[in-house]
Amino acid sequence: MADVNITVDGKKVTAPAGTLLIEACKSAGIEVPSFCYYPNLSLQGACRMCLVKVEKMPKLQTACTTVIGEGMIVSTDTPEIHQARKGMVELLLGNHPLDCPVCDAGGECELQDMTFSYGAAESKYIDAKNHKEEQQWSPVVFFDRPRCILCYRCVRVCGEGMDVWALGVQNRGVSSIIAPNQDDHLDCEECGMCIDICPVGALTSGAYRYKTRPWEMKHVGTTCTHCADGCKTTLGVRRSDTGMEIVRGDNRDKSGINGDFLCIKGRYAFDFAHHEDRLTQPLIRKDGRLTPATWEEAFELIGKRFREICDQVGGHAIGVFGSNRTTNEENYLLQKFARVVLETNNIDHHRTADFPALAAALTGKPEITASMRDVFNAPAILLIGNDPTEQHPLLAWQIRNNVRLHRARLYVINSQPIKLRRQAASFIQIPEGSEGKLAAFLAGEDAAIDAITTEEVSRAAWITLRDKLRGEPNLVVVFGAEIRGADIASVAKLTASIQGAKVVCLGDYANSRGAADMGLYPDLLPGYHRVADTGKFHEEWATVPRAPGLTLPEMVEGAKAGSLKALYVVGANPVEQFTIDPFSFSNSFVVVQDMFLTETAVIADVVLPAANAYEKSGTFTNTCGDLQLVKKAGEVTGTKSDFEMIVRIAGAMGFDVRRLVPFGRGVGTDMGQSRGAQSGEADRHAVWLEANGLEPKMSSFDPMAILDEIQRLVPGYDVSRMNILAGNDQHTTLSSSGPGALHDSKLIMPAQDNLFSSGTLGRYSRTLNSVIENRHKQPAETEVAAD
Amino acid sequence: MADLVSHPDEVKVVSKRFGKSATNIDRYLELDGYKAVQKALGMQPDAIVNLVKDSGLRGRGGAGFNTGMKWSFVPKQSPKPKYILCNGDESEPGTCKDRLIFEHDPHSVIEGVVIAGIATGSHAGYIYIRGEYRYLLEIMQKAIKDAYARGFLGKNIFGSGYDFEVYWHGGAGAYEVGEESALMESLEGKRGIPRIRPPFPAVVGLWGGPTVINNAETLASVPHILLGGAEWFAKLGPPKNGGTRLFCLSGHLNRPGVYELPMGYNLKKMIYEVGGGISGGRKLKAVVPGGSSCPVLTADEIDVSMDFDSMMKAGTMLGSGGVVVVDETTCMVNFALRIMKFYQHESCGWCIPCREGTDWLKKTLTRFHHGGGVKKDIDNIQYLSENMLGRTFCPLGDAAAMPTISIVKKFRKEFEDHLEGKPCPFEKAGVTEPAAVLA
Amino acid sequence: MKFSDQFEARFSDMLTHYPTKRSVLVPTLLYAQDEVGYLSPDVIHEIAQRLDLTELEVSNVISYYSMLTTKPRGKFNVQVCTNIACMLRGGEELLDHCKTKLGIGHKGTTPDGTFSLEEVECIGACSWAPAAQVNYDFHENLTVEKMDKVLDEYRKN
Ligand SMILES: Cc1cc2nc3c(=O)[nH]c(=O)nc-3n(C[C@H](O)[C@H](O)[C@H](O)COP(=O)(O)O)c2cc1C
Ligand code: SF4
Ligand code: FES
Repeated sequence: MADVNITVDGKKVTAPAGTLLIEACKSAGIEVPSFCYYPNLSLQGACRMCLVKVEKMPKLQTACTTVIGEGMIVSTDTPEIHQARKGMVELLLGNHPLDCPVCDAGGECELQDMTFSYGAAESKYIDAKNHKEEQQWSPVVFFDRPRCILCYRCVRVCGEGMDVWALGVQNRGVSSIIAPNQDDHLDCEECGMCIDICPVGALTSGAYRYKTRPWEMKHVGTTCTHCADGCKTTLGVRRSDTGMEIVRGDNRDKSGINGDFLCIKGRYAFDFAHHEDRLTQPLIRKDGRLTPATWEEAFELIGKRFREICDQVGGHAIGVFGSNRTTNEENYLLQKFARVVLETNNIDHHRTADFPALAAALTGKPEITASMRDVFNAPAILLIGNDPTEQHPLLAWQIRNNVRLHRARLYVINSQPIKLRRQAASFIQIPEGSEGKLAAFLAGEDAAIDAITTEEVSRAAWITLRDKLRGEPNLVVVFGAEIRGADIASVAKLTASIQGAKVVCLGDYANSRGAADMGLYPDLLPGYHRVADTGKFHEEWATVPRAPGLTLPEMVEGAKAGSLKALYVVGANPVEQFTIDPFSFSNSFVVVQDMFLTETAVIADVVLPAANAYEKSGTFTNTCGDLQLVKKAGEVTGTKSDFEMIVRIAGAMGFDVRRLVPFGRGVGTDMGQSRGAQSGEADRHAVWLEANGLEPKMSSFDPMAILDEIQRLVPGYDVSRMNILAGNDQHTTLSSSGPGALHDSKLIMPAQDNLFSSGTLGRYSRTLNSVIENRHKQPAETEVAAD
Repeated sequence: MADLVSHPDEVKVVSKRFGKSATNIDRYLELDGYKAVQKALGMQPDAIVNLVKDSGLRGRGGAGFNTGMKWSFVPKQSPKPKYILCNGDESEPGTCKDRLIFEHDPHSVIEGVVIAGIATGSHAGYIYIRGEYRYLLEIMQKAIKDAYARGFLGKNIFGSGYDFEVYWHGGAGAYEVGEESALMESLEGKRGIPRIRPPFPAVVGLWGGPTVINNAETLASVPHILLGGAEWFAKLGPPKNGGTRLFCLSGHLNRPGVYELPMGYNLKKMIYEVGGGISGGRKLKAVVPGGSSCPVLTADEIDVSMDFDSMMKAGTMLGSGGVVVVDETTCMVNFALRIMKFYQHESCGWCIPCREGTDWLKKTLTRFHHGGGVKKDIDNIQYLSENMLGRTFCPLGDAAAMPTISIVKKFRKEFEDHLEGKPCPFEKAGVTEPAAVLA
Repeated sequence: MKFSDQFEARFSDMLTHYPTKRSVLVPTLLYAQDEVGYLSPDVIHEIAQRLDLTELEVSNVISYYSMLTTKPRGKFNVQVCTNIACMLRGGEELLDHCKTKLGIGHKGTTPDGTFSLEEVECIGACSWAPAAQVNYDFHENLTVEKMDKVLDEYRKN
């Protein structure tokens, strides 16, 4: 758009036509105050804080609703304006309780800041304030009515941003009040966006309220540990008796791929970390019972048994099962441990999407994967399968807001009437199980049309739709786990045939994509490189066996048959997830690293208490392939990171850990060190050093040493380290350095999580459970119509 | 139902058919009804707009904007349908004139709507009538039905090839809905919250289409202009203030009532001759010249011409034609309080200054009037009002601030007489109890 | 939820008047209230469904308009105007009189459910002040005596 020139406080400012005055001022470093204006939400002009003087206009104008015009001359700070703003603050304070010392927002309150700026501290009123009782709207949402300044941000973010429309305005005049959709409580997605966006302490979070004062927290920006979308979350942490306690999650700095979005899990479900069932001591089975033991005892025992089996039977008698929630560095390290230390390819994980098939299908064009940011900016999106509103809340947010703000065209094809159909330019329901045929048809296989033609959708309609999609340059194709195996090639073909089109494959957990990329497969090395083929890994590691290892079901069979002597489970609960008969492993030596005594941990011989993703550093790759930093925020004394445990077990087996973790640049390591180096709290200088590959990795427990190797060896991961360390997302490409593999589709089991569940982890979140219970108490929900 | 009055100085234009059973469509036709529409159908749209412009007709809803000018802002081409919206929400305290038009001459409003439609290229009009006026809504429903039955509305009106639909719409009690953009929200089934302007309704209005919004009296004047000509109408009043106005005389008068007088009629004459002077021969204290939103005039300030421009010069407004006369026995603090109570009740609550300001002013004035006032309250009332003035989202905030500022300025002494626990000097003995500070 | 045939006829007719369904909301609510007496949760539910709105949206609208109520009130709703024109001619005394006579306050309802009382803002009867409305009927140029007669008339019905 053409540029427009205006003058603000004597300063020349140029901005694209159509820019709001408030934004133009901001771009020139001139802050115009506001309560109700919020970028990307509809305009209100209600708080009148942004009044400015526009030359030739008799009255002061609201900068939040004024579109800049050529030659406009604006003053933002005259005595008249100052008085107007001061007047607004005074009026607001009239009914606002001055309970800042006990208000959760104290110290972070926009009204407090404004009062400070405009010196409206003198009270002109001697009459009583209007009082209204505080209300609890849900286990996580509290509403203190007198504190509300009616900026309508909450109403808008809930309606426009979330498409939930659970908040409204009741009554008029001074009785106006924000009201929830169910008389006195909320029926909603519990995302907490309303709380986060509230400029004052009117809406507060059940998880955080009265826990601390904002200035007593340290804020750590990291990546959410729940779903595969990889929202950036800023965790507020505070010292506690048992380490560092996480007390809040939000994303007010809007610095991540998610802007200011977080769902209920990202915002509140960090509380599993402090669950009373958390393991803080290693356990060893003695006389049939899991009994507390020291770390030394535990590592010694594991090292001894693994060594024995390797020496007596061979590494192929040990199975390794990895995790979707451990970091890339841990996953990489784990498979390297299996292949280099145990010398077996018996490694697998809970697969939730067929990334290897996509990698294979994208051979030669790995760059056509879309990032999470692309989903927000694409002119058109095709969504096949999945229900992002429940399973990929950020993706759903990106799609919704892309449609709302950029008028993107959304095409939804699903076997269920998913909620995103409300944003869709076109929604088509197809028979369950016909997603593969659909992909084939869209990719040009005309014969597949029979399987998807129904009474409602004719052949002609399908052909029209296909033509339309082909005419959508820069389309982003998003597909769920409904499409697997060979069908993925169809999706890839469709994508490749459209100018500028990109693709996203939806997996389920925080680092499912990372687990796949890092080679937690019996037949694939990191980067989907087949174990049978020669290549960089074989050269570097020398000992990698070329025969594919066992898949999880095969390991279970092996254990039953007596050929699998040991199982090493890192951060997963296969007994529950795969409904495995726990007695299958009665004769195997089972080692489990976990936070809780899960169904898998209870059958173990040794259980090692693990730190979770909020308590360590490393990187995660989200389902789109965006690589992001995981930073240590909380800490629970008595746990260790999976990274450290893997290294220690290798050490206890008598293995030279230097071959496993290329640390040290010649410097010796202190094996007694357990924290510090992994804390991820780098200062600026260190960031620069690291970014340039100059930092000394002094410890074998430094995940950055493995990140070096990942960046060097895994295709697509050669992204800017500086950006990663600075907390920015970097998009990796999905490439396979060989023909890849076609796996048995039955090995893929979607997590079936919804907004309020999160695998085994979710069971330990009080917040999630209280919300689930609360919903059961309420009558069946009815879906609301979009406006 | 409401009693009709008359006075020799009256010039009956809009009220020409009052009391003549013109609700009956046949009777209306006998009284020159629907001639203007037929004339309009034979004219170029621009010619109609210019005619109305030249007639000096200014909006009777309050703001007094030139009607023809307003119509000329409607874009000729529009991808969305254009609409005419008749504002019959009449809720400004002191105003009761649209009521008489609907009661006695509903077809003239319909005719005005259709002409506005022809002039702006619109094909649909809505007549919004406040909810309290249920009987008038029924009169209007019948009038619309009768007009359809004769082919005056609907497809191919008067065989002209022009289609025009007219619909009725009822409100449900809200003063703010009379504000044009809130009116559209209300008609669309929403809370009566005003809209951000620009865009103005003439460009983006009802359901996104260009919309002309006019007061019922404004529209009812239009057919007369078409038949009588611009010059005739313009000459009825002073320059740029064409025509006559229905003045609603109320308060302490001997002969209150709605009188149609030429624009520019002298206010003093209106009070003492047309309205029959102050009841009981008492002395005049103040006049609200055009509905409760206008700054009040003192007894010394009433020798003014009642037209938009002169009133502006006199520091007040012609407003909606509601002339409320206040005699010497009235407590101006109480009067200010009653006005503020109204605006506090009617504020839509959208913007901070209006929502909070009206409430604090009401609280302060209540306490003050009940003897709990302290000296700084007087300045505070002024200060609060000035903080609202010109800074609210819609003019309701100004409407609350203006009369208050004028009363404090012009009757400061009465405020001072209330101080320090003194009972209200105008209250009958024993009535006032110093009230608790109200919440 | 069952409304009268007249209501249904008017409702379906109104739906044809506007480009959006929602536009019929305000008048529809008032007509529904006239039939049921108040806007009960059932009425809100029914109207929300018919117009594809959420109940929250409907109740947000209801709470904005002063004639709409979600609480039952008396058969005859006596609305006394006390705004400036009426106030100057005895509107407040009239209201006080009604309060005493009916034994109820602002927004109260007599125990037998016959009358409700409400102090209202300007009802457009300024030139015939003081005035009151009982349901939709206007009563003007009132005095205390006239008011008594009016109330007695209604009580008989
Ligand atoms: C708070 C407020 C209330 C208003 N109420 C009315 C009203 O009841 N009737 C009316 O015709 N205009 C009312 N107006 C004026 C309208 O906004 C609008 O200017 C008018 O309908 C335009 O018609 P006109 O140009 O014919 O006067 C009100 C304005 C404000 C700010
Ligand atoms: S609750 Fe908060 S965000 Fe919502 S209107 Fe009130 S102050 Fe604004
Ligand atoms: S109601 Fe219009 S500004 Fe408050």
